Amino acid sequence: MPKWFMPAAAVCGVMFAVSPLIIANAPYEATMGLVQKIFYYHMPSAWMFLTAAIVCGVASVRFLATGNLRSDRTAWAAAELAVLFGLLTLVTGPLWARKSWGVWWVWDARVTSTLVGWMIAWAYLILRRYGGPGSEKLAAGLALFGAANVPFIYISVNYWRTIHPPTTVVPTLVVDMGFPLMWCVATFLLLFIVLMKLRVRIEEQRARLDAIHLALDA
Amino acid sequence: MFARAVWLILRKDLTVEVRSGEIAYTTLFFAVSCILMFSFALVREGRGPEDGAAGLLWIAIVFAGTLALGRTFERERQSETLRALLMAPAARPAVYVGKLLGIVALLAGVEIVLVPLVALLFQARGMLDHPFWLAAILVSGTIGFASVGTLFAAMLIRARSRDVLLPVLLYPVIVPVMIAGVRGTAALLQPAVDTAILQFWLALTVTFDVVFVTLALWTFEPVMTD
Repeated sequence: MPKWFMPAAAVCGVMFAVSPLIIANAPYEATMGLVQKIFYYHMPSAWMFLTAAIVCGVASVRFLATGNLRSDRTAWAAAELAVLFGLLTLVTGPLWARKSWGVWWVWDARVTSTLVGWMIAWAYLILRRYGGPGSEKLAAGLALFGAANVPFIYISVNYWRTIHPPTTVVPTLVVDMGFPLMWCVATFLLLFIVLMKLRVRIEEQRARLDAIHLALDA
Repeated sequence: MFARAVWLILRKDLTVEVRSGEIAYTTLFFAVSCILMFSFALVREGRGPEDGAAGLLWIAIVFAGTLALGRTFERERQSETLRALLMAPAARPAVYVGKLLGIVALLAGVEIVLVPLVALLFQARGMLDHPFWLAAILVSGTIGFASVGTLFAAMLIRARSRDVLLPVLLYPVIVPVMIAGVRGTAALLQPAVDTAILQFWLALTVTFDVVFVTLALWTFEPVMTD
């Protein structure tokens, strides 16, 4: 493991432990009150979900173009993280929607395309698990289409008539709300990096083990 | 050169199909039985669900298309002709485009039968009143579905459990095209057809066609190389 890994993991843990206090101290939003605070976890997970999808797509393009196995492992790890952060997004979203929109689920453009992106990440993992030999290339092809979905998710709230808040909300937040948000984004980003490193590392060790086995058999 | 290779592959697929009729008949029969199942399950006292015809039409097209995609490439695998196809002195994208056009032609044939059937069983006569709009939406939606489907079916040809994996991979990706196709078709069923809405959904399917075909043309070469 690189030297930075353990300190980074520790800092991430501390930041997560502190985040409820920072969120609790943020002011209440005028119309939604307490329930709006779920936003501080909802949006960072959504951002990390999109980041994971982009990382997976870019790594897959690299893998298809160069055949570099490192890119392939990165893509796989990113797909797993997309499933994880997508789940967080899709759980926190309806919890918030139930209180502020009055319904658990709305088939609007953004919610739908997030769900679709999440399903593509699942399909990626299913393909890798059950596709047999050669499935890494097929999965890379699929990841490309998954990543193409990302800009669609991001712009969907701005272009379609929808009840989801637009992306322009973020830069206009007051400082007292902006700071906890940025704190949570940094925490989730750190978590993303730590988990990514860990997951790629596991695959690298597995590949080394396989190589050793092959060398012993020969 | 490119166009010639595309034409030769398309003609080969059509010739095989005209002689055996295997995929055309099975796909068509399957699509028609889908529609009949929907009508047994959903039509009550001669009335189908409000606005349901558009969705059912597209579900039948997508199900039948999945079947056809699987069979097209399974045939190449069984007769060991895929290797020959890939070794032929033709650009890989030409092979892809040839296969894509074959599937689109087949599904267009299926749709010609399905549309009147749906219109009849689900009281959706509005569909037939605007044949050009309907054709535009059906063709662009079918190209969107088939462009991804052809790529994935070709990729999966060497994979284990490919029959199950094709819909698992394909359906999440084509959801946007499916939504646009269904909404566009549903707009035709309104008492007063709003051209602006039709144009919007048609433009959306065409956008997805362009994105999907571009990505697939680029991906086909590396994923089909051993």
